[in-house]
Order: sequence, then structure tokens, then C-alpha cells
Amino acid sequence: MPLTERMKTRKFRQKVVIFTFLCIPVILLIIFTYLPFADMVRYSLYKWNGTSPNMKFIGLDNYKQIFTKKEYFTVFKTSLYYLAGSVIQIGIALFFATVLNYKLKAKNFFKGAIFFPYLINGVAIGFIFMYFFKSMGTLDTILVTLGFPQEKLPLWLGDPKIINISLAAVSVWRYMGQNMIMFSGAIQSVNSDLYEAAAIDGANKWKQFLYIIFPSIKMIISLNMILAVKGAISVFEIPKIMTNSANGSGTFVTKTLDTAFEIKKVGLASAMGLVLLAIIMIVTVIQKKYFEGSRDKGGIV
Amino acid sequence: MKKKKEFSISTLLIYISLIAASVASIVPIIVVFIGSLKTNDELQNTGVLELPKNLLNFSNYVTAFVDGKMLLGFMNTTIILVFSVVATVLTGTMTAYVLSRFHFRGKKIVSVLFLVASLVPSITMQMSTFQIIVGMGLFDTIWATVILFAGTDIISIYIFVQFLDNISTSLDESAIVDGASYFTIFFKILLPLLKPAIVTVLILKGVAFYNEFYTPYLYMPGSKHAVISTALFRFKGPYNTRWEVICAGIIITMLPALIVFLGLQKHIYNGLTAGSVKE
Repeated sequence: MPLTERMKTRKFRQKVVIFTFLCIPVILLIIFTYLPFADMVRYSLYKWNGTSPNMKFIGLDNYKQIFTKKEYFTVFKTSLYYLAGSVIQIGIALFFATVLNYKLKAKNFFKGAIFFPYLINGVAIGFIFMYFFKSMGTLDTILVTLGFPQEKLPLWLGDPKIINISLAAVSVWRYMGQNMIMFSGAIQSVNSDLYEAAAIDGANKWKQFLYIIFPSIKMIISLNMILAVKGAISVFEIPKIMTNSANGSGTFVTKTLDTAFEIKKVGLASAMGLVLLAIIMIVTVIQKKYFEGSRDKGGIV
Repeated sequence: MKKKKEFSISTLLIYISLIAASVASIVPIIVVFIGSLKTNDELQNTGVLELPKNLLNFSNYVTAFVDGKMLLGFMNTTIILVFSVVATVLTGTMTAYVLSRFHFRGKKIVSVLFLVASLVPSITMQMSTFQIIVGMGLFDTIWATVILFAGTDIISIYIFVQFLDNISTSLDESAIVDGASYFTIFFKILLPLLKPAIVTVLILKGVAFYNEFYTPYLYMPGSKHAVISTALFRFKGPYNTRWEVICAGIIITMLPALIVFLGLQKHIYNGLTAGSVKE
């Protein structure tokens, strides 16, 4: 076969493999990500219960309802508890990631024990903590043993003033280990010669952390902070499983899903979903802007 | 001398904090395990930290397994997991292979499509995804969940591409000279070499799918399609006054995760760090 001919068949065979390999992944992506998005935009302009053949076009009324009725935006307050939880979580995770980098006994046991909750099924976690927080459950028993009067103990999942703190604590319990492993991975990639040099120069552990470890993993910390904001906005599994969003534990996502599947207002729920997406997109754009600037300095993102 | 003293005090504090954190992690689980061994009577009349009389009372496990449909849940979970994981590894490696080895029109668009998709949390679009699943006739079948898990995502693609970029293309070239097709190169040469990356993605996806609650809950409400999470979730109504059975259900649900964790600890840690790099 002449060379040009061979090049031609090769080009053709490349096209065949590109098409066959990409066709299924891209079709799945379009059907389950881009099509739902387009549908959601359309539904948000209608009054529709999701099953009836009658869809009534109502323009921007769904959006008007979200932005004018107080009940829709107040649920965002719940997210603030989870956000505060995430900040604490990242702090603790950073501490443990740093100390587990030292030579310690039973290091793998500690690492494993702290990390394992991340692997537990969400429903199981929800139930573990329903048992933990129930009246005279694990927490009450421990507190009474420590001398707290039983009658003064609050209803951890019943009192609207406390419930979101309890639930945010569950979230910290669940995800702290994951943050720790990510930070610990980043710390391990720091050149160990640097510590040795610093130690010779007389830098103590705290100084080593401040001047060597922290600057090298600043990127991944900021990244986790931004993921925490996104996570806090879209919390839903823990309140859905543990309290079914009762007692003031509902979030914007649980409210959106209830609007769609419990009270069957698919149009309104679609508008809520889009509002949520818009908020998440804004956070993402801020993230990209922020990271773009530091990319040249050896950032990983 | 000074150095030695600082070492001992800070080390002591570090150990105390590590022990405290481990206790906080483990105690809620141990208490549930204790509860799972109690009789209903014991559970109501003894403190949660008190041990049961019969430490080998596994009758709640039998109740959870059989009456609570957890056995069925495990079977459905396994079937769904096998199909979804194979599908997602195939879609992921195939996409990564094409993106890493060929230049073609539309390459940029494909990458951007996957990248943008990763920014959109799918939970916000369930009302319209639901209509699509119903429209495809998949509602309340295991295929609803399988097809939603089957696609790939930017993180898996990234993990595979990174790995493929480290495999020299001269390997592909020499195979072509020997007359191999691109399909042979992919399936016979590259896929076996990708094994470490596949293990990483397999673990990340496997854990995520096993723990997924809302997708099976929403798309497979029929009790014969219960997976492990939804089977356990259904304990909430009928066993409300029987926490010992719920406790057994929790422990049963956790066991596979514990076994996988003890066996694949290092891989899990590496997978998480590999995945976190790109997100």
C-alpha cells in the first residue's frame, strides 16, 4: 500500500475508534446532565405537577414566589450551621494531618479510626446518631455519668435551637477524616529535606508547620474551604434521613426535593433548583478566579 | 536538653488528642454494636453503655437480615454495583484513551462538557432527571440506578488520563506497525497497564455507589428493588420501637465497608488524594 493510502486508512480507523469510544459516555452525559438542565429551565416557567398533561405557562411567577416569600430563603440559614461546622472540621483535620506526619506509635490505627466514618453508609450514619442523640441515648448517658443533671439535658434533635448544631456535628464526624487524608497527602508531598534543614536550624514543630507545611498546602486548604461552602449550601442527606427536615432542620435542597416529590410542584421546584445552581455557579466562579491567580506558584488545581 | 523536654510534652498532648478523636469516632459505633446484641427488654431497661447478658445474642441480625430484607438489599446492591462499576470504568477509560491519544475536531468541546458537568450537583436537577427516567420506562427497575451510575466524570477521566500520559505512545506505535487495531491496543495493551488507576477509580466509585441513598430511594421505591441503604432506611417505620433490630441493621450495613477498609486502606487513601487533586 502506498504511504498516503496507509495514512488515509489510519486516519479513518482513528475516526472510527474516537466515535465508538466517545459515543456512549457523551450520550450518557448529555441525557443525564445537559438534558435535565434544559428541561429544568423549561419546567421552571410552568405550573405543573409532574404527571398531568396540562402544563400551564406562568412566565417568571415561580421565581417571583421564591424571591418574595420569606419561607424560601430563610432555609439558607440552616446552611450557616454546616458552614461553621466545616470551618471547625477543616481546622481539626489540618491539626491531625500535621501530627500524623510525625513519627508516632499506632499511627495507622489513629489514622484509620479517624478516617473510617467517611466510608460508612449515610443511612447508617443517620441511624447511629439518632441512637446517639435520643433521650438517654449515648450522649445523654455519657453526660449523666459525667454529672450533668438528666432533667436539664436538651432534646438534641427535638429543640429547633439545637437541632442544626447536632446535625452539623454529625457532618463533621462524617467528613473530617476525609479532609484529614487529603491534607495528609498534600503534606507528604512536601520535600522532607526541608524539615530536616529547618530542624537543624532550630525550628520547632510549630514553626515548621507555619513556615514549611502551611505555605505548601495552602492551595488545598482553600480548595477544601470552597468545597465546604458548596457542601453547606447543598446539604440534604443528614436532615432527610435523621429528622425528615422537621424541627427547623430543612435545607434549601430538602425543601426543593419536597416541593418536587411531596407536594408535586415540579415547576416551582425547578425554579428553586436553578436558583441553587446559580448560587453554586457564583461560588465556583469565585473559586476559579481565586485559583487562577495562584496557579503559577505551583498550585495543584 | 531543651529539645528533649519539648518533645515529651508536645508528644503527650498529641497522643491525648489522637486518643480523644479515635474515641469520638469509635464510641458511637461500639454503642450501636452493644445495642444490637440486646433483647428488646434489655434495650429498654438498661443503659446504652451496659453490656447485654448474652454477648452472643445474634437474633436481631437474623431479624434484620430476613424480615428487614437486608439479604435482598445485599443482592440488589451487588448486582447494581457490578454493572455500574464495570460500566463506569469502561466509559471512563475509553473517554480518557481518546482524549489522551488522539487529536480531533471537537476534543475541546468534549472536555469542556465533562468539566462543566462536574460543577453542577446532580441533586439539584432530580425533578427533570426523574421525568427522563420515567420517560425511558426505567422507573422502579434496577436499571434506573445502573444507568445513572454508568457514566463517567471529570475526576475519573483525569485519573486515567494522567496515567495514560505516563505510558509512552511508542508502545501504541509499535503495536500499530505489528498490525494491531486501535481496539486491540486499548483492550489488550493499555487496559491491563491501567490496572492501578482502575483500582483507584473502582474504590472511589464502589464506595460512593454502595453508600448512595437518594438515587435508589427516589428511582426504585418498590420494596423488591431495595438496596442496602433503602432497606435500612425502611427500618425507620416498622422498627421504631425496636432499636435493637435497627442497631443490627446498622452493623450489617457497615461490615462490608469495614472489610474493604481493612483490606484496601492504602489504596483508599491514595484514591482520595488522587481524586482531590483535580476537583
